[in-house]
Parts: sequence; C-alpha cells; structure tokens
Amino acid sequence: MSEKVLMKGNEAIAEAAILAGCRHYFGYPITPQTEIAAYMAKKMPKIDGTFLQAESEVAAINMVYGVASTGKPAMTSSSSPGISLKCEGISYLAGADLPAFIVNVQRGGPGLGGIQPSQSDYFLATRGPGHGDFHVLVFAPASVQEMADLTGRALHLAWKYRMPAMLLADGTMGQMMEPVELPEAHEAFGADNPWAVTGTEMAREHNIVNSLELSPEVLEQKNLARFERYAQAEAEECAWEEYRMDDAEICIVSYGITARIARNAIVTAREEGIKVGMIRPITLWPFPKKPLLAAADMVDSFLCVELNMGQMVEDVELAIRCKKPVDFCGRVGGMIPTPDEVLDHIHTLAEGRR
Amino acid sequence: MIVFEKPHALTDVPFHYCPGCTHGIIHRLVAEAIDELGIEGKTIGIAPVGCSVLAYNYFACDMIEASHGRAPAVATGVKRALPENVVFTYQGDGDLASIGLCETVSTAARGENITIIFINNAIYGMTGGQMAPTSLVGQVTQTSPYGRDAQTQGYPIQICEMLATLEAPAYLERVAANSVKNVRRAKKAIKKAFQNQVEGKGFSLVEVLSTCPTNWGMTPEKALQWIDEAMIPQYPLGVFRDKEA
Amino acid sequence: MAKLTFKEELCKGCGLCVGVCPKHILELSTSHLNQKGYAPVTLVDPQECIACASCALMCPDCVITVER
Repeated sequence: MSEKVLMKGNEAIAEAAILAGCRHYFGYPITPQTEIAAYMAKKMPKIDGTFLQAESEVAAINMVYGVASTGKPAMTSSSSPGISLKCEGISYLAGADLPAFIVNVQRGGPGLGGIQPSQSDYFLATRGPGHGDFHVLVFAPASVQEMADLTGRALHLAWKYRMPAMLLADGTMGQMMEPVELPEAHEAFGADNPWAVTGTEMAREHNIVNSLELSPEVLEQKNLARFERYAQAEAEECAWEEYRMDDAEICIVSYGITARIARNAIVTAREEGIKVGMIRPITLWPFPKKPLLAAADMVDSFLCVELNMGQMVEDVELAIRCKKPVDFCGRVGGMIPTPDEVLDHIHTLAEGRR
Repeated sequence: MIVFEKPHALTDVPFHYCPGCTHGIIHRLVAEAIDELGIEGKTIGIAPVGCSVLAYNYFACDMIEASHGRAPAVATGVKRALPENVVFTYQGDGDLASIGLCETVSTAARGENITIIFINNAIYGMTGGQMAPTSLVGQVTQTSPYGRDAQTQGYPIQICEMLATLEAPAYLERVAANSVKNVRRAKKAIKKAFQNQVEGKGFSLVEVLSTCPTNWGMTPEKALQWIDEAMIPQYPLGVFRDKEA
Repeated sequence: MAKLTFKEELCKGCGLCVGVCPKHILELSTSHLNQKGYAPVTLVDPQECIACASCALMCPDCVITVER
C-alpha cells in the first residue's frame, strides 16, 4: 500500500509518465500546463532522461515522432492553441503507426482565447486531431489520481495499439492539488519493436517509418488495417464510470471537472427525490456507446454538462440513436458552472419542461 | 580491380529523379561516406518533403520520413533516444530554409551532434518550380513569373553564413555538385560531416549547390554551368565554420 | 586495361558523363533507346579509356562501374 502524496494535477502527469517508463519529454511553455515542462526539466536529467524545451510546439511533436520511430516512449504536453500546432505531427504519428503520448490541458478558445479552463477541444481530440482518417485514444481524467492513473494507461495502450494517445484534461485538473497514490515504477521500455528504426546492424533489411504511400491501392489497405486495430481498441479499451444509474430517470453525461460538479448536483437532487444519475466517460475515444444505449431504454432524458458549446451532445445522440432527448448545460470562455446551475437544469428536466 | 562502383549503402531501387538532377550524385556521395566510415549498420537517415521525399527507398540504412521542414526536430528526437547511432537529415531548400527554418536554426543553436545535408537548387522542384528562399533576385519561377522582386519577395537566404553566427555548430561548408573537381570536394565535405558525428564533434552541415534542369528550363549540361555563372556568385563555396581548424 | 560496365536500363541520357570525359570517348546513342525511352550512353572507343572514373563520378544514376 503506497503512500499518498499531495500533488498538483500537472505534476502528477509528469511523475506518472516517468513511473510508467517514459524517459523523453519535449515541450513548450503555455498556460495552464507549463508545470509539466518545469517538473520534467528538474526530474529528467536526474534519471538520465531527456528534457528538451523545443523551439515550438511543432518542433516538440516532431521530436516525439523521432523518439517514437525508435520504438521508445516519448511525450509532449501543451494547451489548446499548442495542440492545434501539433495536429500535423499527430496525423503523421497516426499515419506512420507510431505510439506517442500527448497531453492537452485545455483552456478557453478559439484562437488565443483565455487561460481559464475549458473542454472546447473535445471535437479536436475525438475527431482527429489532424487531417486524414485516424483516431487517437482519448482519456478524460476527473481527479488528480486519474491524471496519474490514466497517464500510465495511455502510455501502455498507445504501445499496444501503435497509435497516439491523448490525455484530455482541463485547466482545473492541471492546477488542482489532491492526494495521489502514485503507480508502481516501470523500467523504461521500447527496446524490442521489430518495426523500429534503430540501425540495421547489417543484420536485417532496413526499416522505414513513413506515412507516405503514393499507390492508392496500398494506401487504402493501410487505412483499412489501421481501422481494424481501432476496432479492437473500441471493443476492449472503453472505460466509463456509472454513478447512481440503477433507477435513474435522468442521465447526466459529463467528464473531467464538470463531472465532479454534476456529481454534487446529483447528490442534492437525489435528496430532493429526483432520480438522476451519471455516466462519466473515462475514455472519450473509444466513446462509451454501449452503456449509453442501454441507459436510453431506461431514462427519460439525458443532460450533457460540458465546458464548451455542446460538443459531446451529438456523440450522445448518436450513441443512443436519438431515442431520447439530449439537453445541454454548459459554460465557455473559462467560466465554470456551479452545482446549482446544473441542479437548475435537472429541475427543468424533472418537471418535464425543456 | 574495381575502382568505382555503386556503394553498398544505396539500395537497388532506381532513382526517380529527372535526367541530370544532381540529387543522384549527392545521394551517392552520402552513401560512399557511410560505406567508407563503416557506419551503415548504425545510421538512421531522415528524408524530407520535396523531390527527395523517396530517399527512404534509396538508402539502405534505417530511414524515417519527416513532415516538411521538421527533419532536424525528428533527428533531435532520434539522437536523444539513440545517442550511439549516426543520424543524418537530407533536405532541400524549401524544407530547410523555408518551412523548416526555425528547426534548422534551433537545432544548430543547440549543437545537436547530427549531420545535415542541405541541397540548395534555388527552386521548389517537386511541386513544379516555385520560388525558394534561396532563389536569386530576378530568377523566373512559377511564383515569381516576372523574376524575383526584392521589394516584394525579399532577398535570398544564405544558410551557411547565417548559421555561422551561432556558437554551437562545429562544421559548416558550402560545396557544389557541378563539376568533377567540385564533386570531389563535396565528397570530402560530406564525409567529414559524418566523421564529425562519429567523433562526437557536434552539429555539421554541408550545403550543396545543386541543379534542377527541369524547372530551370535548361539542359543538364547548361544547368551545371548556371551554378558557376549565377549561383556561386550569390553562394560562395568554402568553409564557414570548422572548430577543428 | 580499363573496363567500363554500363547498366543501360538505368541511364537517363542526361549527358553529364559525356561532358566530363577527358578523352571524349562517350556519346549518347543515336541508334537505340533503352526501356525507359532514353538514349543511353555508349563507349565509342574503349581502347582510349584511362579509368579516371570522371564519368562514374558525375553520373547521377550509378550507371557506370569502372575497373582497371
């Protein structure tokens, strides 16, 4: 039973990545995630790892691409505008079937936006991020403990499926301090990948890490093969948490900080006799379609609570095949709803009005 | 006794380059250097975007395809992960001096112990002959159809001179591939740039003035002459940094 | 005794070898084309070859092997 340590969310990610065996970090300062870079700057040299403040977020994702080509784990972190910059690099990682770990501590947008928290990169994370047909695994922590746990899982699964993984946090997660039970330490991994570029040692044909394929027939086959791996990930790696769903008539769908706010509202609503529960996605890709579809046969309505303009609403509607109405409670620009604001929405749904 | 043959570090895949394009010569010089230093087994090359995007098919060592301009960043990642390997990038003038200029300068400023082979032919070949940052004032290209106008399109960028203002680089030389004499000098420079890395001497870049007969609208022979007449006056050959000298 | 071997199917008829041969004994063929439709280089006077390898040095396509 390990000790609990009081840690800031951003630092918990960094420490957990190191414990999971990652020894290469490339980043660039941007609020609200610079603590990750600062932590790595102190820690990596002590364990013979690489910390490099790259010349830009673009350079950082390409440095990750370089390390990943050798089969070794590497990570980068940024916040929304910086993630936009990384999109080309992430597409290349996906197209070259490389594993990598990318952290997005979201802030208000679009453009330069604000520095307060948001969840407005949901579309970006789950629909890409970047050009072409591809997915990245997306994990949405709702506590500092999950910032640590999901980091390890993301790294492990990125290597299992040879695809990038993104930890989609928000500014509150990054900045809050909570007790964390740190995961066990793993050795640095990545030594025995047959596809990796490590030097032929004159003992094998050369390996090529590449996403270019000029023959349309071959490129199509590569895409299809990749999506078979994605299908396997969808079948096996979806994660969610259900809270008080057994007899729910209203289902809240929320992740990250808003899930915690919604939980407070649910507690109050339940005391008032309203049968409300929550399905909290822990993976946003793969999206928890099965439990949502099952809930659609039971509840009267759904309520998405997000820090954006309603990006997850359509995924819920698709998952439940529009069987029931999906309402939305959200704030943007860095504003955060109070539990009372969420409770108001629950009341409206409970009273049958919309 | 064989006195000249194709180096081992080149595969058997025929080059797709235009007739007379000096990419073919320079690929061979890089492969010869790799053979002579005995480093093929530990070399990792990074191909650019440009005419030489398919370089990963031509070199027999492990290869990585980078996104446009980012090869030095990719090389940095590889070298930090595998410091005992020999890592080189092979980049054209759009890749290195336009979209990738920040990565080029930053990687040189950090003094990463890698080798960069910079192919300067003053034009963008693959996409059909547009202006490059290294195109000459007055040079007619698809995106400077009235000749490069310094007022609105700026002056050419001189990479070796610019990188020589940085503290970290160990070796910077500009050579040309337009004559037997110049190709021999280019070979020496390229081999030195690899040898420096093997010996841990630091960042080494060789800029090679090269031809693009197709997009310059010249025969391969005339293109060799144009390097002498027009390019070398703008881009003088020589050593711009040699920490050993 | 100098000997040149040509991988004719790789030749693109660029003529760079012809330009650098100090003995002027290389020419692009006027009698046939290779598979790709190029007029490949031919050695018109093998006796005069001094195996300087200038041709192979300037060849962008590794067409020429030189033996002495």
